[in-house]
Amino acid sequence: MKIAQKTIKFFISIAIALFTLVNFAAVSEKNHDDQNDGGRVNSKEEVEAYILHHIKDSHDFSLFSYTNDAGERKHIGFPLPIILWTSEGLITFMSSEFHHNDDGHVIVEKNGLKFVKIHSKIYELDKAVSEVTFNETHHATNAHKVLDFSITKSVVGVLLIGFLLLFWFSRLARQYKTQKIPTGFARVLEPLVIYVRDEIARPNIGEKHYRRFTGYLLTVFFFIWVLNLSGLTPLGFNVTGQLAVTACLAIFTLIIYSVSGTKSYWMHMIWMPGVPKLIRPVLAIIELAGALLIKPFSLLVRLFANISAGHIVVMSLIAIMFTLKQSLGVVGATGLSLVLSFFITLIEVLVAFLQAYIFTMLSALFIGMAVEDHAEHH
Amino acid sequence: METLLNDFSPGLFVVTTILLVALIALMVKFAWKPILNSLEERESGIENALAAAENARKEMQNLQADNEKLIKEARAERDAMMKEARVIRDKMIAEAKEDAKEVTAGLIEKAQASIQHEKQAALAEIKKNVAELSIGIAESVLKKELSSKKDQLELVEELLKDVTLN
Repeated sequence: MKIAQKTIKFFISIAIALFTLVNFAAVSEKNHDDQNDGGRVNSKEEVEAYILHHIKDSHDFSLFSYTNDAGERKHIGFPLPIILWTSEGLITFMSSEFHHNDDGHVIVEKNGLKFVKIHSKIYELDKAVSEVTFNETHHATNAHKVLDFSITKSVVGVLLIGFLLLFWFSRLARQYKTQKIPTGFARVLEPLVIYVRDEIARPNIGEKHYRRFTGYLLTVFFFIWVLNLSGLTPLGFNVTGQLAVTACLAIFTLIIYSVSGTKSYWMHMIWMPGVPKLIRPVLAIIELAGALLIKPFSLLVRLFANISAGHIVVMSLIAIMFTLKQSLGVVGATGLSLVLSFFITLIEVLVAFLQAYIFTMLSALFIGMAVEDHAEHH
Repeated sequence: METLLNDFSPGLFVVTTILLVALIALMVKFAWKPILNSLEERESGIENALAAAENARKEMQNLQADNEKLIKEARAERDAMMKEARVIRDKMIAEAKEDAKEVTAGLIEKAQASIQHEKQAALAEIKKNVAELSIGIAESVLKKELSSKKDQLELVEELLKDVTLN
C-alpha cells in the first residue's frame, strides 16, 4: 500500500511538472499547424474538435480511422441507417452517403430534397439552394433541422445493451425454474439484483410499496451502469452522455412519481397544511417547481455531465500522446498518457457504477417521497 | 446552454423513449418478475426452514426435559420402594426375633417347671425311701433288742456298715 501511494505521488508530481510545459507545446504546435495533413488529429485544436465530436451522437459506427500514405483519411466502421421526418414525409438512406463529411459539404439528394450533415446534425436545405451558406457564428442560414429518428450510434448502444440485459437476466430468471441457486454468470447477477432491491428500492420507498417500482429501478440501474461501462470500451459509446437519453430517463422517473403520488403528497405540494394561508401559494410554486422541474433536471444533468466529463478527461489524457510529443518525446508523452489515462479510467469505472447508483437511488427516493403515508406526521 | 440545447436531439429522445418503454416492459415480464418471485420464495423458504429448525430444537429440548423428569421420577420411585422394602425387612426381622424370644422363653420356663417338678418328685422319693429304711432299721433293732443285748449291738453295727456302704 505504501509503495502504491509513493508511486501515485511520483506520477502526480511528474504530471504537474509536465503540465507547465503544455503551453509551450501548444504554441509550437500552432505554428506548425498544417491544414493539409490528411485529416490527422495531432494539434491541440484538432484534438479539442475531435473530443467534442466524439461526445456527440454519431450517424456512423466508426471503430477507428487512419490516414494512408496517399494522404487520404480512411474510416473503419459501418454505416447506420438514417431515418428522417422531413417536409416531404419519411425519408431513409444509409449514413455512408455522407462519406463521413461533417461540415455540410456533401449534399445527399433524396425525393427532391437535399440534406447535409453539420456537426452530427442533419439539415434539410431550403428549396432551390445548391450549397449551404454559413453566417459568422457558423450557423447554417439556408437550411433547417429535420426530425431525426435515425438509428444512431447511441440507438445501437441502447439496442445492444437492451438485448444484453434481456439475455442475461431472462437466463437468470430461467435458471430459478430448475435450481434454487443460479450457476455461472447468473450467480454474479443475482447479488446485484438483491443489492438494488435491498439497498436502493426497499429503504428508500418503504416496505409497503417498493415491490411496484423495483422492476423500473432495476432496469434503470443496469441500463445506466452497463451503458456507462460500455462507454469505457474502445467502442466508445457515449449513450448516457446524451442529453436526450438522460432526459428520457429523468422524465420516466418524473412520470412514475407523479402518477403514483398519493393524495396527501399532492396536497402537501399544492396547499401545504399547517402554514399561514398567505404563504401557501408561494410554497406551492416552490414545491411544484421542485417536483416537476428541479428534481428531474438534477437527475438528467448529473448523469449527462458526469459521463461526458469522464469521456472528455479520458480522451484529453490520451491526447497527451500527441500534444506533448514535442516537449517530451514520443516515449515520454506516450508513457505519461498511458499512465494517467489508466488511472483516470479506473476512476471512471467507479464513476460508472456511482452514477448508476445515484440515479437509481434518487429515483427511488423521489418515488418514496411521493408514495409515503403522511398520515402519521399529523 | 445554447450548445447544450443544440445538442439535444428530439429524434433520439423519441427513439430512446420507445426503446426504454419496451425494455422496461420486457425486463419486468421476462426477468424481474420471475427473478424477484423466485428470490422471495427462496427467502421465505429459508426463513421457514430456520423457524422449523428452531422449533425442532425446542421440541428436542422439551423432550429431553421430559426424559430427565421421567428418569428422576423413576429414580425417586425406586428409592422409595427400596426404602419401604428395607423398612419391611427390618420389621420382619424384628418380629421374628421377638417371636423367637417368646418361644424360647416359653420353652425354658416349661423346662424349668418340669425340672422343678422332677426334682420335687425325686426328693419325695428319697424322703420316702429314707423313711422306709429308717423304719426297717428301727424294726430290726427293736426285734433284736428283745433277744440279747449283745446281738442288738452287733446288728446296729452291721446296719450302720450297710448304711455307710450305701
